[in-house]
Amino acid sequence: MMTEFNTLAELMAQAAERKLPPYELVIRREMETRAVSRAAVWSAMQKNWRVMQAAMAKGLRSEERSLSGLTGGDAKRIFSRRQQGFLGEAALTAAARAVAVSEVNAAMGRIVACPTAGSCGIVPAVLQTAAEQRGSHEDEIVAALFMAAGIGMVVEQNACIAGAAGGCQAECGTAAGMAAGALVQLAGGAPPVICEGVALAMKNLLGLACDPVAGLVEVPCVKRNGFVAVHAMVAADMALAGVCSVIPVDEVIGAMQEIGRLMPAALRETAAGGLAVTPTAQAAARRIFGKSSCS
Amino acid sequence: MRGVFDIVGPVMIGPSSSHTAGAVRLGLMAGKILGERAVKAGIQLHGSFARTGQGHGTDKALLAGIMGFLPDDERIRDAQALALQQGLEYSFQTVNFGDVHPNTVLLHLVGVSGRIVSVGGASIGGGNILITKINGYAVELTGEYPALLVLHRDRPGVILQVAGILARRGLNVAFMRVSRQARGQESLMIMEMDEALPAAVVDECCSYADIEQAMAIPAI
Ligand code: SF4
Repeated sequence: MMTEFNTLAELMAQAAERKLPPYELVIRREMETRAVSRAAVWSAMQKNWRVMQAAMAKGLRSEERSLSGLTGGDAKRIFSRRQQGFLGEAALTAAARAVAVSEVNAAMGRIVACPTAGSCGIVPAVLQTAAEQRGSHEDEIVAALFMAAGIGMVVEQNACIAGAAGGCQAECGTAAGMAAGALVQLAGGAPPVICEGVALAMKNLLGLACDPVAGLVEVPCVKRNGFVAVHAMVAADMALAGVCSVIPVDEVIGAMQEIGRLMPAALRETAAGGLAVTPTAQAAARRIFGKSSCS
Repeated sequence: MRGVFDIVGPVMIGPSSSHTAGAVRLGLMAGKILGERAVKAGIQLHGSFARTGQGHGTDKALLAGIMGFLPDDERIRDAQALALQQGLEYSFQTVNFGDVHPNTVLLHLVGVSGRIVSVGGASIGGGNILITKINGYAVELTGEYPALLVLHRDRPGVILQVAGILARRGLNVAFMRVSRQARGQESLMIMEMDEALPAAVVDECCSYADIEQAMAIPAI
């Protein structure tokens, strides 16, 4: 039987029927569609995880500014306050790590799109931080990444994951859902609880605009990765505490698609609205692009 | 539905999948179509590539691709300096190609033996690309499949000859397209394949009188 699922409800129902964890079905589908071994799929994900780890480590050390000069060095600042903050150490560490990966991206470093380059810091940051708290084995993290991928695949199938298509709710919103679902799995939550985590995380970011300054993946993107990492942790904790989303996850994904469709183009990565057209943003754009043409 | 590694992946150099990773792949394809080390690159940027390219490192990414770097190569950020070191002379120009994809580029390359190609294409999102022009011919090439490019005279039977060469080796054509400048003149045939092309295919194509040039381009 070919493994196929179009919604999270379908994925969870099949998992229950076949008595397998949902992430295992995500792996099987990949093996079947590409005719590759489980070991190949697993080690490719493990490789991606190691790239994510390297990006987190690099970003926390670095004070390098991006090409445009708009961002850089904030991960280190947040990390140095992790023990004095209003939030606990874990939340600030995760925020710092998410900003770190995002800063590496903005400075032309190596990252793993997750689901996009703009939202690349969120999933790795929460997983690394939770794994340290819980003493998780690398295999558990890789398994959680497959769960995250399965969630993102369903969102992409039924809505979208690009800011240009659906605003930032599609990029950072999807990343939040992926991160929350992965966290619930890491904590041993049952499949329905994973769905609650995804629903809670995505629902609370519905409508989020994509209005990046000068059209660059930097402002608000870099700091937003930090905020959304913490947001995903809250959603996972709520779900694990037994909080349920009144609107089921697949309907939340449908709502996200609907809002994306209603969203004006000016708020979908065109840099023609919102933050991008503030006087400061326009001055920044003139400074960055006003220089003589490409090198 | 897309695959696992379209969502958690690809591994890439930031900041933008379309303006950086896609641009590397466009340069990479142009370099492969040239088929030798480039010594000169004249790069024309259109639309969003021209407007926001600098902040996204599109210029570095294109040069890196021409030099054969992959989209996850950390040397991309130093591409300009490396190009000069390698003796690759380059220039960038802002152009308006009219009603084309906003992330469009036209690359004019000169190789070390004096070979010249012009390759046009667009970065169409998520790091995916579409090559739309090779030496003035309209084409559609994604780089996802290995491809056979054959420049030939527009005569009956040439397509059959090429198809025969592939069939004798059991190589399957996934997609195919033929375009020409004018009837009876030079034509370009492109076959996207399911598997990589052995070098002998190119040699055999070249042995036919009506075939001027053949080239195997690996998937990127
Ligand atoms: S604001 Fe736009 S560019 Fe920035 S992360 Fe969100 S979707 Fe991506």
